[in-house]
Amino acid sequence: MSEPKGSEKAIAELYEIASQIYTALEKGQIPKMTLPLRTKANIKFDTRSAVWKYGKLTGARSAKKLKGALMLLRTMYVLDFIREMIDQTKSSTLREMYYISEGWDMGKFGSQDESNLLAEDLEIVTRCLREDFKLRPEESGASVMGNITFEEITRNGERRRINCADDVGDAGYTIPYNVESDKVKFVDHDAKFVLAIETGGMFDRLIENGFDDDADCILVHLKGQPSRSTRRLLKRLNEELKLPVATFTDGDPWSFRIHASVAYGAIKTAHISEFLATPTAEFVGITASDIENYELPTDKLTPRDIGALNAELSDPRFNDEFWKNEIELMLKTGKKAEQQALAKYGLDYVTDTYLPEKLAETSILH
Amino acid sequence: MPSTSIAEELAKKQREIAVSEFFERNKHILGFDSLTKALITSVKEAVDNSLDVTEECGILPDIVVDVQRVDKDEFRVAVEDNGPGIVKKEVANIFARLLYGSRFASRRQARGQQGLGISGVILYGQITTGKPAIIKTRTAEMDVAYQIQLMIDTHKNKPNIIKDDFTPWDKPHGTRVEVFVKGRYIGGKQSIPEYLKSVAIVNPHARITYNPPEGGQVVFERVTEELPPKTVDVPPHPYGLELGTLLQMCKETKSYRFSSFLSEEFDRISDRVAKEICELAGVDPAMKPKAISLEQAKAVLEAVKKVRIMAPRTECLSPIGERLIKKGLKNVLGSLRPEFFTPPLTRNPSVYSGNPFQVEVGIAFGGDIPPDRPVEVLRYANRVPLLYQSGACAVTQAVAHVDWRRYGLEQRGGEGVPFGPAIVLVHVASSKIPYTSEAKEAVATIPELMEEMELALKECGRRLKTHLNKKARKVKAREKFDIVQKVLPQIAAKSAKIVKKPVPNLDATITKIMGVVWVEDRVTFEKGQHFVEIDIHNFTATGKKLNLHCLLPRNGTELTKSDPKPTEVREDGKVTWELKRIGSVEKATVRFELKGLDQGDLEEVDLYVSGIPPDLVIGAEPLPGDWELNYKEFETEEEEVPPAAEEAEEEVDYDEAEEVLEDE
Repeated sequence: MSEPKGSEKAIAELYEIASQIYTALEKGQIPKMTLPLRTKANIKFDTRSAVWKYGKLTGARSAKKLKGALMLLRTMYVLDFIREMIDQTKSSTLREMYYISEGWDMGKFGSQDESNLLAEDLEIVTRCLREDFKLRPEESGASVMGNITFEEITRNGERRRINCADDVGDAGYTIPYNVESDKVKFVDHDAKFVLAIETGGMFDRLIENGFDDDADCILVHLKGQPSRSTRRLLKRLNEELKLPVATFTDGDPWSFRIHASVAYGAIKTAHISEFLATPTAEFVGITASDIENYELPTDKLTPRDIGALNAELSDPRFNDEFWKNEIELMLKTGKKAEQQALAKYGLDYVTDTYLPEKLAETSILH
Repeated sequence: MPSTSIAEELAKKQREIAVSEFFERNKHILGFDSLTKALITSVKEAVDNSLDVTEECGILPDIVVDVQRVDKDEFRVAVEDNGPGIVKKEVANIFARLLYGSRFASRRQARGQQGLGISGVILYGQITTGKPAIIKTRTAEMDVAYQIQLMIDTHKNKPNIIKDDFTPWDKPHGTRVEVFVKGRYIGGKQSIPEYLKSVAIVNPHARITYNPPEGGQVVFERVTEELPPKTVDVPPHPYGLELGTLLQMCKETKSYRFSSFLSEEFDRISDRVAKEICELAGVDPAMKPKAISLEQAKAVLEAVKKVRIMAPRTECLSPIGERLIKKGLKNVLGSLRPEFFTPPLTRNPSVYSGNPFQVEVGIAFGGDIPPDRPVEVLRYANRVPLLYQSGACAVTQAVAHVDWRRYGLEQRGGEGVPFGPAIVLVHVASSKIPYTSEAKEAVATIPELMEEMELALKECGRRLKTHLNKKARKVKAREKFDIVQKVLPQIAAKSAKIVKKPVPNLDATITKIMGVVWVEDRVTFEKGQHFVEIDIHNFTATGKKLNLHCLLPRNGTELTKSDPKPTEVREDGKVTWELKRIGSVEKATVRFELKGLDQGDLEEVDLYVSGIPPDLVIGAEPLPGDWELNYKEFETEEEEVPPAAEEAEEEVDYDEAEEVLEDE
């Protein structure tokens, strides 16, 4: 992905969308927008960047159907709103835009998901980033712990150096929504790799056990499905500092998807996979084999879990030997396990035994 | 008005059968097998009697049911009516002798059939509480009411009068029955109020007041002054006649010749048919009926099967009627606000074993009727609700036999009671309901009956499905209507603002999205009149000329005003407007007023169109073939381009394809 484009470019692109709709109406046609389909059937592996991007399948958002017509109307309102913000050099969060839509008559969003999806649609059509539209996400609350020093430019323009071990509290350094180099610079570090952790409980366990010190690594708390900025930060750490990345998650279908979005690119944001995905990331989370080998306490798969696993079997990102075997094994055993299930063998087991063993299987600890 | 002669005439027909003792030991067949049931049965028998007697005498029934708790499980049940009253000398016999009634041998439709009911209640009360029943009655001729305390002598099946007296009563005529019974009072489906509710649905001519033991009063108001048509006694029809019955009748008849026995004792046998039967059976028409041999009787039965005999007369039946079923359902289920009542269906009478019967079905659908539970089946036999033995009942089985999936209800495997927001009413009327037992709780699965019920249910099912299809089409069209009326103008205004150009004209786009003529009616009611407004939007690319037809509800409707004036108004309520050409994206409106209908009689009008390809129209049906237009055929407009010419290529709808995004 290219560097974020300026406001002028964004305005021109947005004007183009409105102009197309207007022209269709002027000619007596049914207005529509054509977009790449954001489905797993339409993500293709890009060999050059080693990540998954949208393929050639497209869908139409047309005023023929009520849902499409409403989305087009919302698009018009969003365009107008963005133009106003750019004019007045303001910005808003996605959530604020959702609430602002209260005043948009029939263009009001039904849910925040809808407004988030529309913002992404606009990114795809204009090839700009939502930041160019002056739209920003909420901070996700994901955090970093370890011996790395960032230089962050604060809201009042001050440069502040933050060491993610010494200058932060127990919760670590909170990842801001903008982690581009104009906001966050890497100053110094002594880490050998980055460990991205799904749950807060495990993140705390590793900190308490001093794993970042002992293993010379940076701990990143993903907070479930990681936000864009978390994934972008992982990507920068990997690319700019040449630090290998490993993801450590629960053993269930949803955790597999967390790893997929870190390593391969998320379906939802496949238009910027190049920008967010870390293709070399290794998976050290709980697998179905681990559940058996480590004899971990388990829960039964729910019908929703089973549906998700089956969906993954037809997801091109999981189409390799390793994932196929693990997914099929999980379906066969019908069991899943949390990463904290390792505590069965004591609080130190994860840092003394599990992680060293799992990391040793990868190319990271050599 | 009732007269002594009616009461006297009823008295003449009384018969007795001494079975008190037997029934004392078999109270379950009378419907007293549990405490809760006993209480309901007590109310039911008295209410049945009251409805029967008022109907017979042409009185609009006004019935008060009063249930009070006397002790932990003892109740006083009192049912009072405004019937003709009973002459003094018959009171004791009517109430305190089992199987003593005027209706035992009659062949007309009535609620009570065997005369077991009310005396059974009195007997039950006497056994469980030891207290006598108190009857108060007054005929129009009496100055005061006669009040009597009664018990039944179960050995002799004779009344035992404890005390009798005359007492003033403010009612000009009527009867009040008061019994003390052991029982248990419950709420829910099989409760007294639910039972009375069911009664009220099929007796819209009755006012029923209920005073429950917990206080408060429930009134089911009368919604029609129309009494059910009077039924008459009809002799048995020869179809389905059984050998034993024939022999018995031969023995009892007063006829001297066998041929006149046939024509006099049976329905629909003329002298000619009687002769034909005799000929076919090889029986001498002049033979004395009493002399018939077993072989001859068998031959007669065979002959009956071969001779063409008209279907039985049906004057003995009293169907509720399609209009009153709807009224009754609406009146009582109104609080559930059903979105739709299928036009109820009354089948033509049919026959089983020589007994005429008739099936009626009505369905209430939607609104606040629970959508995720089995459909409630309201079973009625001769206007009496059946509360128990639902599984064994022919009605339930007929409902379960129909594949409701095609009519828009859920049903696993196309069998069993369906699920969905519906209440199904089934009424079987017959001079002799084939009950499965003396307790009269369920109708037996007679093949002829099952077939009629299934046909009626299917037809109502089709009517429901038609409604649901119409609704679905309307929803879809309504969506497009919203697009072009509300969303599109906003898109246009907003995009014009962004590109800083004038707001474009949307007509061409609108016709591409809609491509139809949209007909929409609104009905309002004010000051005793219905106001109907019909909008005809032409959302096609060219001007349209069409004829609008409306079928007004039958009888008593008067079209008082109409703008524009109709081209034709017919006796049978068929109205036609030849509309002026409506330009593309223009609208025409027809307004008219109707007098003479109750508010609930008209909620939407039946609209039809002609002179235009029917698939171009939403909100009105094509004119049916039997409309019988007797004036010049309307010349059809220029050939139409197929309507759905929106965009040829079928693109994937982007907003329907986002399935995976939710998961991440």
